[in-house]
Amino acid sequence: MTRTPYLPLGVAPVLAALLFAAPLAADGPRLAPVKDPVVAKECSACHMLYPAGLLPARSWSAMTADLANHFGDNAELDAATAERIADYLAANAADKARGSGEVLRGLAPTVVPARITELPWWTRKHEKRDRVTPATLARKGAKFKGDCKACHEDAERGLFDDDD
Amino acid sequence: MTRNLLGSAATLLVLPTLAVAAAIGPAQIAVLDRYVAAAKTQPGYAGPSTERGRAFFFASHAGGKPDTPACTSCHTVNLTGPGQTRAGKPIDPMAPSVVPTRYTDAATVEKWFKRNCSDVLGRECTAAEKADALVFLLGL
Repeated sequence: MTRTPYLPLGVAPVLAALLFAAPLAADGPRLAPVKDPVVAKECSACHMLYPAGLLPARSWSAMTADLANHFGDNAELDAATAERIADYLAANAADKARGSGEVLRGLAPTVVPARITELPWWTRKHEKRDRVTPATLARKGAKFKGDCKACHEDAERGLFDDDD
Repeated sequence: MTRNLLGSAATLLVLPTLAVAAAIGPAQIAVLDRYVAAAKTQPGYAGPSTERGRAFFFASHAGGKPDTPACTSCHTVNLTGPGQTRAGKPIDPMAPSVVPTRYTDAATVEKWFKRNCSDVLGRECTAAEKADALVFLLGL
């Protein structure tokens, strides 16, 4: 039996993936992007595609149960599509998926945030550092402070670098 | 037989308008015909009107949400160019001469009528209103 100095074949791609997935100066969360094509299509028709790991399952459930009143817009869907989206988001929510723990830090289990910008983690990351002032939002072309992609250009891929 | 008559009657009614729009295909005619057939259940219905559709599309409606009083609130008045959602995302141009896939899928068309009529008018649109809006948009 010869011992090879090389890494086992299966390890190399994993290492490479880690290397390329990890931006050097970032300590923002790295979340799974939405993988279901129906969820991706429907949930990005009007706004950026938010990774499911940005809210707990209870938030997604409340949201998908009232799509006719979706942040001031009617986002109604047929029952089958709505159920598919509800199931996907709940199954991949911040309290279900790996890597989302940070997002829920400081959030009381009884609170059901309607928006990502209501999370204590989000506030700590943005408002205390003055990153979402009206002037900054205007400069970045963000319509509202939940428009992550205006600053975090890889937000839909689940990457939220701190220095974006 | 009855169904065929309704379908072909609807197509004949709009044909003069659509003759100029080379991009219109059978899928779009079928989507339109569904609304025309539904509108025909109202007595005295004489078919869709491009002019009524244009007026409806550009009108400022009461009853909807303050941010979106008209179709043009998001789609803009230039229907060969892109619109923008309230969240800032671009909307494909409405003109099928620019986006040939427009109005080819009945479920998609109905999904957006349902949502947008609710936001703009505060109620569902009637089949006649949808037929008018569609026949106007199909001619673009």
